[in-house]
Amino acid sequence: MSKQLFNEEELKKIEEVKSRYPDSKAALLPVLWMIQEKEGWISSESMKLAGDLLNVPYEHILGVVTFYTMFNDKPKGKYHLQICTNVSCMLRGGYELYNYISDKLGIKNNETTSDGMFTIEEVECLGSCATAPMMQVNNKEYYENLDNAKAEEIISKFKSK
Amino acid sequence: MKIILKDIKDLHKIDVYESNGGYSALQKALKEMKPEDVTNEVKSSNLRGRGGACFPTGLKWTFMPKTGDKPKYLCCNGDESEPGSFKDREIFEKNPHQFIEGVLLACYAMGINAAYVYIRGEYYTWINILQTAIDDAYKKGYIGKNILGTKFSTDIYIHRGAGAYICGEESALMNSIEGKRGYPRVKPPFPAAYGLWGCPTTINNIETLANIPEIIKNGAEWFSKIGAPKHPGTLLFGVSGHINKPGVYELPTGTPLMTIINDICGGVLGGKEIKMVIPGGSSMPPLTRDECLKANMDNESLKEFGSSIGTAGVMVMNEDTDILKVLIRIAKFYYHESCGQCTPCREGTGWLLRVLKRIDAGNGRMSDLDLLTSVAQNIEGNTICALGDAAAWPVKWTVKKFRKDFVNKIKDDVEVPVMNKVHSLR
Ligand SMILES: Cc1cc2nc3c(=O)[nH]c(=O)nc-3n(C[C@H](O)[C@H](O)[C@H](O)COP(=O)(O)O)c2cc1C
Ligand code: SF4
Ligand code: FES
Repeated sequence: MSKQLFNEEELKKIEEVKSRYPDSKAALLPVLWMIQEKEGWISSESMKLAGDLLNVPYEHILGVVTFYTMFNDKPKGKYHLQICTNVSCMLRGGYELYNYISDKLGIKNNETTSDGMFTIEEVECLGSCATAPMMQVNNKEYYENLDNAKAEEIISKFKSK
Repeated sequence: MKIILKDIKDLHKIDVYESNGGYSALQKALKEMKPEDVTNEVKSSNLRGRGGACFPTGLKWTFMPKTGDKPKYLCCNGDESEPGSFKDREIFEKNPHQFIEGVLLACYAMGINAAYVYIRGEYYTWINILQTAIDDAYKKGYIGKNILGTKFSTDIYIHRGAGAYICGEESALMNSIEGKRGYPRVKPPFPAAYGLWGCPTTINNIETLANIPEIIKNGAEWFSKIGAPKHPGTLLFGVSGHINKPGVYELPTGTPLMTIINDICGGVLGGKEIKMVIPGGSSMPPLTRDECLKANMDNESLKEFGSSIGTAGVMVMNEDTDILKVLIRIAKFYYHESCGQCTPCREGTGWLLRVLKRIDAGNGRMSDLDLLTSVAQNIEGNTICALGDAAAWPVKWTVKKFRKDFVNKIKDDVEVPVMNKVHSLR
């Protein structure tokens, strides 16, 4: 491992996380989350490092990363727009929203704009059905009760950041 | 009648929660009750699980061994990924301490010293809210070592998921906490015998646990008299779709569906008629308009219409809804979320989706309706976990109840693909 992924403080945090479980393997999801928050995605190099920290084989980690849809095994755009098209959103314009954003950015599902700014993804129900249609950005904030105009506004705000 | 989502400003703050009787159930239990008294109280309250299966909570707790030297665990299920469900999120936001107090009471009742709250990865915001509440409760001595000066000690940890509906299934959830792929385990052994790290484990939904403090405070009898006798208490109904005031509403079990739609939620969007309502999250069999007029929202009443309460996620669809498109979206979800361990689920969900799509594309034939039913029936009951059933039910029942909508899309003179022609010539 050529580069140091975690600083002292983060390594301490990992020790604390490990202490929550009787088996260090259980700290794998939390550690993968830490990697993704730092790097935006989880490279095989990072997986190997996590393996060393937790004493878990790389193959196991690869299996885990590829199982869970929120873990990125490839880099994403700076803004990862996750648009729900499941039933409650669909009934209130989820697909129209998805198509609008897709056309506007000129990319399809899981594609990234050439400037690396945006990735769009059609996702399953985000537990926000009463405020449909909606999307999540970078696995964090929810943007609810959307329409095309609001989506446009959000995108231009991101562009000007 | 509100047990969980009370109309108290800032109830999510620990001081406000305390000044409204918060953590008094824990005090009462630790000072006046033996652990088995707590379990017995929950048992006689008739509380049934709010995670979808309606299993009696007190009974589940009695499955935990009382002897043995293995540690015991509690898993709190906040995966909340069934489409149309968004109620546990409301508890984290509005009344996290009542949930925490419920966890502590459950741990005391079953002799547990560590609880893991599994929350879907997308709920980043609500994970932070709950973590703040947990930190505050630690500071006040409600969680941790020697709680309230007694011998009882418990830790509560949040475990963040990473996007997989299947991790809401109890044994997949445990594998996910253990740092593995979220594959459901073959049962038996059940979690009370072999759960987290092979130790006795109980798993309960967030809303289930949030009910416990009020049951301990007010007594089992009080609780058992609220709502429908066989499924008492309140439910956090999450109403979405074609409805004027979508949202989460806490109401007694057994509330008529039309009361929820018209009186609570301001009626169907655009003043239209109802075409179909899914009463409890997308895996629950749908109700027709006529059934909606008669349906009461508790598990026993919904059985009459071949459905169940599920997660009480009510999805309303008006007369203009294309039922086939809705069913395709549902089938797509289960196909996407199947973990792939069992052949009937892995392959069957794909077949359901493909056949539905070809009917929608105008290439269907009448025999496809029987084919859908037969594929669904071959999945149902033949898999490791209930995701298979969850995928089969909506298809089977929608085809049955809304047959006309399917037939309308099928032209009789459809060109039969070559493969089948060959077959028919044999
Ligand atoms: C595919 C699948 C997904 C599930 N998802 C959830 C979920 O998100 N939340 C939940 O509480 N229960 C879910 N369940 C039910 C759990 O397996 C379990 O029955 C429940 O958490 C038990 O809690 P309860 O008895 O308090 O209801 C799911 C079940 C299956 C088969
Ligand atoms: S029923 Fe489906 S989701 Fe459940 S274990 Fe089998 S393949 Fe996996
Ligand atoms: S269907 Fe989109 S958030 Fe639930």
